[in-house]
Amino acid sequence: MPVTPRARPRPNSRPRLVVIGNGMAGCRAVEEILALAPDRFAITIIGAERQVNYNRIMLSPLLAGDKTFDEIVLNDASWYADNGIELITGCAASAVDRDARRVELEDGRVLPYDALILATGSNPLMLPIPGMDLPGVVTFRNVDNVETMLAACGKGGRAAVIGGGLLGLEAAAGLARNGMDVTVVHLMPILMERQLDQSASYLMVRELERRGIAVLLEAKTAAFEGRERVEAVRFDDGGVTPADLVVVAAGIRPNADLARECGLDVKRGVVVDDALRTSDPSIYAVGECVEHAGLCYGLVAPIWNQCRALASTLASDGALAFKGGETGTKLKVSGVEVYSAGLFAGHDRQEDVVFRDAARGVYKRLVFDNERLVGAVLFGDADDGPWYLSLIQSGASVIDQRETLIFGRAVTEALAGANPRSAVAGWPDTAEICGCNGVCKGAITNAITANGLSTLDDVRAVTKASASCGSCTPLVEALLASMLGEGYEAGPAVKTVCRCTPYGHSLVREQIIARRLTSIPAIMQELEWTTPDGCASCRPALNYYLLCAWPGEYEDDKHSRFINERAHGNIQKNGTFSVVPRMWGGLTSPAELRAIADVADKFKIPTVKVTGGQRIDLLGVKKEDLPAVWADLGAAGMVSGHAYGKALRTVKTCVGTDWCRFGTQDSTGLGVRIEKFMWGSWTPAKVKLAVSGCPRNCAEATCKDIGVICVDSGYEIHLGGAAGLHIKGTEILCKVATEDEALEVIVATTQLYREDAHYLERIYKWMARVGLECIRLRVIEDAAQRLALFERFVRAQTYSQIDPWAERARGVDSDEFRPLTPALTEAAE
Amino acid sequence: MTSWIDVGSDADIPLRGARRLLIGQTPVAVFRAGDGALFALIDRCPHKHGPLSEGIIHGRTVTCPLHNWQISLDTGHALGADTGCTPTLQVASRDGRVLVDVAPLMLAAS
Repeated sequence: MPVTPRARPRPNSRPRLVVIGNGMAGCRAVEEILALAPDRFAITIIGAERQVNYNRIMLSPLLAGDKTFDEIVLNDASWYADNGIELITGCAASAVDRDARRVELEDGRVLPYDALILATGSNPLMLPIPGMDLPGVVTFRNVDNVETMLAACGKGGRAAVIGGGLLGLEAAAGLARNGMDVTVVHLMPILMERQLDQSASYLMVRELERRGIAVLLEAKTAAFEGRERVEAVRFDDGGVTPADLVVVAAGIRPNADLARECGLDVKRGVVVDDALRTSDPSIYAVGECVEHAGLCYGLVAPIWNQCRALASTLASDGALAFKGGETGTKLKVSGVEVYSAGLFAGHDRQEDVVFRDAARGVYKRLVFDNERLVGAVLFGDADDGPWYLSLIQSGASVIDQRETLIFGRAVTEALAGANPRSAVAGWPDTAEICGCNGVCKGAITNAITANGLSTLDDVRAVTKASASCGSCTPLVEALLASMLGEGYEAGPAVKTVCRCTPYGHSLVREQIIARRLTSIPAIMQELEWTTPDGCASCRPALNYYLLCAWPGEYEDDKHSRFINERAHGNIQKNGTFSVVPRMWGGLTSPAELRAIADVADKFKIPTVKVTGGQRIDLLGVKKEDLPAVWADLGAAGMVSGHAYGKALRTVKTCVGTDWCRFGTQDSTGLGVRIEKFMWGSWTPAKVKLAVSGCPRNCAEATCKDIGVICVDSGYEIHLGGAAGLHIKGTEILCKVATEDEALEVIVATTQLYREDAHYLERIYKWMARVGLECIRLRVIEDAAQRLALFERFVRAQTYSQIDPWAERARGVDSDEFRPLTPALTEAAE
Repeated sequence: MTSWIDVGSDADIPLRGARRLLIGQTPVAVFRAGDGALFALIDRCPHKHGPLSEGIIHGRTVTCPLHNWQISLDTGHALGADTGCTPTLQVASRDGRVLVDVAPLMLAAS
């Protein structure tokens, strides 16, 4: 093995410093020591790898072909020689004898030391799953791994990268650049969850997909499969994706084996104090193998600080202690700038300020604790990262700049003392205001001056700014206000979805379709939400809008649903639930009633009550009993009545021609038919129907959202009744001759309501807003549109007419219903 | 004094989700905010004792399912115009396990 010749004589008087680890931290520590005291120590560095010290961060460019190995070398052979360092490569240290103060090498050599630095770095986490040892399964930690990966790339084919952290994404980008078909598999719902939040992760996924890299989130790898070498990755849900190469980048673990074996204090890593000293005063540790104040570090900046502190301890007065704590992480992940600093997870009294620029794919989030800035996440534009970090580190009050801080350093400093609402006034003339029509600020201000414009509509007419999607409306209004001052009066305020957005429901719904937004994070980014993950008002609305817009494609987000729709029961004041099985058209049978009675006995359900919607309510059911209650009701043929949902509730009926001497049509039969057709459908607010067999109206159809009054000549369809907080009689939508026509009109009207109404807007309010005439034009006058609406409803039903109770009785979403059970109690500390 | 108990694995507490457990007779809710941070509160809204664990979690706030009070996950205080406070407990994630310090509950009981 290569041993560099000694460049200068080593006086015996010099203490012997041995460094185990020829990586970035070990060599950097030596560089720092040499800078302070070039001749203090006789230094030996031991490296297990064959190579001299290279820049591990540059493995990705090496993989991508942007760099050669020589270009990523940090310290070449001459550096060791020039500094009189003895370098031993390709040979690992096998033990440390602390009593004799010597290091034993695996080839039997023994090196005495006066001071020892452990810089053993970290090991990639291996997955405890079958197939980990198959050829073609590699980790991504060293030059040898890169060579294996490049050899695989030569053959083309598919690669799976397990782990969506920084390293995994770099590996994925590199493999894609080399022509492989790459899928990233990540256990968590957020990529790089330690650096990014969900919004930034959404942008990252979009960016990777743009490069042809597929991303599977919340996917747990169960096994690597293949006969002679890896052929596929199997997931715990049974899914399989083919792979000719698997790169495991699931994380790193400090390599503290040597330290542990020689009896040093080791927790997750080698425990060190602020001077980087281990529990043995002549042994130090630095880099990824270290645990300081409970934290392990894997990024360069804090590790460089460790190296400086260690040098200060060994070669100076030790004044430069390692404090750990806040550091910023500036990353360039496959070309995208990402910066994160400080705390963006839970902290006292934190508040977020969010800025999104949909057109540029920029997301910025600043986290404030009272007057101080405590955290920042930047995606797509990270130039101000170090500035934010300095504000975080200073801990000074930023209350004066708070309004403008999110716009960056240039704007904040330009506007110091200016009106914070006119941040846009400080933007350069070339700044784009309206992304849709490519209108920059200068064009708008010129138009305002030249044409004497004074209203938003004027600006729209002259410049087209804010005339398309409208998302820049607040900016244009701010510009008008800043130029006209008192002379500008904003137009009537749109009722916004909530305080997370300046936009109203209608605009959001239009944009979901127009821009094909298919997830909540996508809407929040593209429509520039001002909170990281919305609120209890907007999230259920967005979840519904997406479900309605993209049936079968959008995956319901249960955490954006109100508890009743998440637990499929109605929450009661004491936290128990009520259970209302469906009774089609209000009909039941002895068998159903027996099953209900048995369930009430078996689960000791305290109250059984008849509802106003012609069904039976079981009240006071414990949440953990719900799946078993549903199983028993399901066994008797009953399904969820959706009495808890913004959904189709009941279709109340009278007995009609079957029994009643006044009945004109089979109102019961029609009610059952409608309910069987429409159950399971989610709607903006609850929808209650009724069918009365004659104008005496025993089913009270004229105070329902949709009502049918049967008459001799056919069916009157009524719309927009209510009998709750507000009492309102229906208005007649139309009259039809047959049951088929009645069903078609009711279904088409419901679909129009589903697609058009604002979340939580009952039919009567929707009708008041858009006008009955407008509904009539689209559903009654326009037969083609009616049919299209009908067909869209039918299509949506194929995905939603699934009994949620039966699914949960089978075990779907079981965690929702199971309380946690605390396990072993640790000794009190 | 602290008294940490293991309440489950990291995966048991989903993002923007919560789980409930009983310590003696006291319901405890363990939350995970959208940014991954864990919180533990007594599972009773200061208003009418609604189960906060059933609320929608947004930012570092949970909205009570009964009457839409907003409770800070950090401090347990009601936000906005409402006043009231739910006790918080320390929570930590260690080696993939979620730990809650239930010492305050044991003190209260003894």
